[in-house]
Amino acid sequence: MSAQPRSATDRGWEAVIGLEIHVQLSTRTKMFCGCELSFGDPPNTHVCPVCLGHPGVLPVTNEKAIEYATRVALALNCSIAERTIFHRKNYFYPDLPKAYQISQYDLPIGIGGHLDVELDDGSNMRVGITRVHMEEDAGKLVHAGGASGRIDGADYSLVDFNRGGTPLVEIVTEPDISTPDQARSFLTQLRSLVEQLGVSDVNMEEGSLRCDANVSVRKPGDPLGTKTELKNMNSFRFLHRGLEAEIERQIDSLEFGERIAQATVHFDPATGTVSSLRSKEEAHDYRYFPEPDLPPIELDEAYVGKVRQTLPELPAARKERLAGQYGLAPKDAGSLSSNKRLGDYFEALAAATGDARTSANWVLGDFSAYLNAACIDVTQSAVSVTALAELLGLVADGTLSGKMAKEVFEAMTTSGKDAKTIVAEKGLGQISDAGELEGIIARLVAANPGPAEEFRQGREKVLGFFVGQVMKETKGQANPAMVNELLRKYLA
Amino acid sequence: MGAIDVTTLTAQGCRDLLAAREVSSVELTRAYLDRIAAVDGAVDAFLKVDEAGALAAAEAVDAKPVGQRQPWEGVPIGLKDVLCVKGMETTCGSKILKGYIPPYDATVIARLRAAGLIFLGKLNMDEFAMGSSTENSAYKVTHNPWDLDRVPGGSSGGSAACVAASEAPWSLGTDTGGSIRQPASLCGVVGMKPTYGAVSRYGLVAYASSLDQIGPLARTVQDAAALLDLIALRDPRDSTSIGLSEPVGVPLQENLEGLRFGVVKELVGAAIDPGVREVFDTAVDAIGSLGGVCEEVSLPSMERGIAAYYLIAPSEASSNLARFDGVRYGHRHADADDLYEMYVRTRSEGFGAEVKRRIMIGTYALSAGYYDAYYAQAQRTRTLIINEFAGAFATFDYLISPVSPTVAFEIGEIADPLQMYQLDLCTIPVNLAGLPGISLPAGFSAGMPVGLQIIGPHLSEKGMLNAAYAMEQKLQVNTVAPLGEVAR
Repeated sequence: MSAQPRSATDRGWEAVIGLEIHVQLSTRTKMFCGCELSFGDPPNTHVCPVCLGHPGVLPVTNEKAIEYATRVALALNCSIAERTIFHRKNYFYPDLPKAYQISQYDLPIGIGGHLDVELDDGSNMRVGITRVHMEEDAGKLVHAGGASGRIDGADYSLVDFNRGGTPLVEIVTEPDISTPDQARSFLTQLRSLVEQLGVSDVNMEEGSLRCDANVSVRKPGDPLGTKTELKNMNSFRFLHRGLEAEIERQIDSLEFGERIAQATVHFDPATGTVSSLRSKEEAHDYRYFPEPDLPPIELDEAYVGKVRQTLPELPAARKERLAGQYGLAPKDAGSLSSNKRLGDYFEALAAATGDARTSANWVLGDFSAYLNAACIDVTQSAVSVTALAELLGLVADGTLSGKMAKEVFEAMTTSGKDAKTIVAEKGLGQISDAGELEGIIARLVAANPGPAEEFRQGREKVLGFFVGQVMKETKGQANPAMVNELLRKYLA
Repeated sequence: MGAIDVTTLTAQGCRDLLAAREVSSVELTRAYLDRIAAVDGAVDAFLKVDEAGALAAAEAVDAKPVGQRQPWEGVPIGLKDVLCVKGMETTCGSKILKGYIPPYDATVIARLRAAGLIFLGKLNMDEFAMGSSTENSAYKVTHNPWDLDRVPGGSSGGSAACVAASEAPWSLGTDTGGSIRQPASLCGVVGMKPTYGAVSRYGLVAYASSLDQIGPLARTVQDAAALLDLIALRDPRDSTSIGLSEPVGVPLQENLEGLRFGVVKELVGAAIDPGVREVFDTAVDAIGSLGGVCEEVSLPSMERGIAAYYLIAPSEASSNLARFDGVRYGHRHADADDLYEMYVRTRSEGFGAEVKRRIMIGTYALSAGYYDAYYAQAQRTRTLIINEFAGAFATFDYLISPVSPTVAFEIGEIADPLQMYQLDLCTIPVNLAGLPGISLPAGFSAGMPVGLQIIGPHLSEKGMLNAAYAMEQKLQVNTVAPLGEVAR
């Protein structure tokens, strides 16, 4: 693996990046037939004459897919086409049964949108959305034998058409992105947005969210350089590393006096390197033409308005609301809005405890740290909103100190027990019983007449000695505020 | 029973015999199978005769009491080989689909099955419906029952010839640029192309999706109307289907009082053979004597129809036929070293010359840099034609023209594809505009049948078939081809 590459800017270059994101829609059935969507089922068990491309079959558009695509386009601030049509994209490949993909071309469902993205340094940038269009997914190929793992040289290849015909939306950005960090921030927030729309599983590992990048580099101020299309980045990390590697490769080539060839570039996660797949010098001619089997789709204002009403609160709006309603810092409000389920957890917790700030601190602090360490989602948490609210209640009423609460929380995540049970089992309750503390303090003051006299003569520091003695006696469980108050009373 | 003379039978006649219990469906089916055995060696209309399947279906009908049967139950029919029939080899007249057994029924087939019709077998056609003579079939050349040295027309040549030869009382064909009407005209039977969308295309192996329609061929207008009513519907499996606004019913109209017919000037000019023109003029006279009014109307864009059609149809075909790639069904070249070679050799071996020609034309017309000059320009021409028709129908109830500029020509006579394309002059504009059109037997020129084309506005099937019925009664043209000498 290569050493950490220097950034393009450090080397006096500028990268220009546009992303193409494919999102599998989680409709019940496929885009143009009645087969149910599936993942991981035995090959070719969700197929019919239509999605197998038998002679004579015809597509029928899934209306739910149109609704979902409309949601995505609206959430990305696109204008929705009043009249949108499908085109055929013609090419031969064994995973494409009709030898054309039903897709969209010059009349996509959404155009001209944007997504405002919060970057790692807390600043914001706007990424333009060129278009959002609908299409169908291809099947999957498995190549047996041969060294390359590709179809050329394989002994034979198998096709699984279960995925064939799955509805997709493709989101194409303007080339507004200039660093791998920005690309990652964009994709993270796009993923979160689409997830919140409830239209996709957005699982990059399973391929329900896929990202390709168009990349070129240039000296600042120069015209655009030749771009390559970077593929196969099926995680946020790989997107970042793939872009880094490709930008570095292009700068190296140019600085060496070579030209960039227009090509498809494949990222290999195993080596972290990029390699050219095939030359795009002869650009593929897909011979797009309007799909004659499907009438145009008219999306009138009433329809778009209805779909708009089904949109959940989107992250940008939620961030604003959380900041205003709960008085949270913008950064915290943003973090809680970028993950819908985390935001929901916070709001439920804030309602249960009545203390939004503490709730936010816990959700973004210990709770998030626990989820990250365990690599789990909010829904898989061992600590429910009610359980965490009970714990925070014990802090609020003085039973537990903040430090002890962290200890109890950790025990809750591993044992699944509630806070009170753990406090009782570990004898962790903070001593806030005035009578018990008074007994201890009276005894200590009597046993240390010297220091007590020093305090009475004005040596405030001696108070610390007594506090230490009380804590030692109570194994640190005494309520510090009460200890202070009682000591002053007995030393007076 | 040998007493059934199928040469005099219509579909309605079959229905009446069955209803009167004069024959069983098995006897009727057997009579047609015998007729096929007797004449099809000379006519070659059938690619496959499903004797066992037909007789089994007929037996099932006979097992039902007559009173519980549907109207057309037990009546045989022939099917163009471009329609998918579950479990029955469907080749589209192409080697590339040799051995292909569809796993599903076309919607029209499911309808006919549910109506109890008996499927005699699959009928010959130009490969993938590309042609006007049925000479482009990969399997056999079909002969015109009126003169076995001549073509039956195409692409539904088998569908027209089998009715003219009394091998079936009626049949289904498909019409993309005249493929029902032209063979119907050349074989002297009734052939009708419905409004685009009236009949579901689901299960019709696509040639040009925006033009293809399934329609009936029959011996009488009433039979054609009945078959149309059986198959027309809005089908959820075909997003372009709309069905008919009302069933046609039984056409019984006796005159043409109050109806105005436009004679399309551009379709009766110099391209039309004098003999055909003569028959056409007789038909115009007949309309007058039935109380109708005929006037000439000029639709100048009609002459551009052929050029537009031979860009649009091949463009769609180049995409529709791309699925025949050897991967999932049909022919596959066995010895290819890699994927590309498998594709190339499979398709080179599987497709015939005319299909390859149209795939290449269409691929070219859709290519980057040529799209606007060819495909897009053709679509603009199509819009002109649509508008001209719409304008004419503001004045006229129906338009009329010959169906084919010539009578049936001799097998092998026309070798130049462009000359063959010119024969579609009168029929193509109707498909481009999505209108209903019918070929009605109007007379003979030098012993060969000549059809009259009636073109109606969208969804005017009921009125159009009624008008056709009135003319049919007036013209009284023989539809039984004289095949006595070949029938054994």
